[in-house]
Amino acid sequence: MNCVDFVELVTEFLEGALPEADERRFIEHLAECSGCESYLDQFRQTIATTGELTPDNISPDARQQLLSAFRGWHRQ
Amino acid sequence: MAGARELPPDEVLVQRLRDGDEQTFTQVLDTWSSGMLRLAMSFVSTKASAEEAVQDTWLAVIKGISDFEGRSSLKTWVYRILVNTAKARGTKESRTVPFASLLPEEEGPTVDTSRFRASGEQYAGHWAVGQEPRPWHVPEDYVLRGEVREVIAEALDELPPRLRTVVTLRDVAGYGSEEVCSLLEISPGNQRVLLHRARAFLRRKLEEYVSGAHDVAGGRGRP
Ligand SMILES: [Zn+2]
Repeated sequence: MNCVDFVELVTEFLEGALPEADERRFIEHLAECSGCESYLDQFRQTIATTGELTPDNISPDARQQLLSAFRGWHRQ
Repeated sequence: MAGARELPPDEVLVQRLRDGDEQTFTQVLDTWSSGMLRLAMSFVSTKASAEEAVQDTWLAVIKGISDFEGRSSLKTWVYRILVNTAKARGTKESRTVPFASLLPEEEGPTVDTSRFRASGEQYAGHWAVGQEPRPWHVPEDYVLRGEVREVIAEALDELPPRLRTVVTLRDVAGYGSEEVCSLLEISPGNQRVLLHRARAFLRRKLEEYVSGAHDVAGGRGRP
């Protein structure tokens, strides 16, 4: 396996979706190539940082409207 | 995923919602709405429209909770309503995101081919000298971490809708691949292609940020 192939297989590797033989070659390459070792590590850091995003929330107005809708629905 | 694990199990949630428990409704509303907003953005043109899709979804949830049969998780059920609502809006806005097959631009390398040694050279297909990824770490400093998150948030907005949808569901909302495949009616293989392309793009943006920040005195530079 070379680096060109390695970088395209990272997600499949992380998902455990690589066939056994490919996974073995992936790991062999990883052990020998510091560039790809960094690439994989950076992929993991990217995923972790993406998971820390606190996205925008709905507006306070919309939130209030939904709370009163919930209240109203159960009074019926 | 923040806060999600503090929610009680589905059976409890559903029963409390059916009983009209406002505290529980507030809790799910506040825990899930932001993720829903981001997901809705993948299907519609404006933030206002996305917010309306989220509101319509919650109204449908309020009315439909008594019919919820528990065949999927509550959150998946809510997200499915959202996807349908947002898709319908997107169609009206002529902005639909079909997922059945990959687009031509979703194939091909995710890393600039000029970073690798050309064929014919020694070690063809390996990182070219000076082009290999250098180790970096996301800063621990609170302010810089905020900047890094901002880089990712901006990069997410730049992604084509299909890639954004998949990476948002997987890496922001924390869904498993099976749930995403069933939610978007997409094959596991295509899901991985879209996810990989999206992640590779985000990694590249972070790499640009990190190397820019290191090159510039004060560490705040951007390429
Ligand atoms: Zn390599």
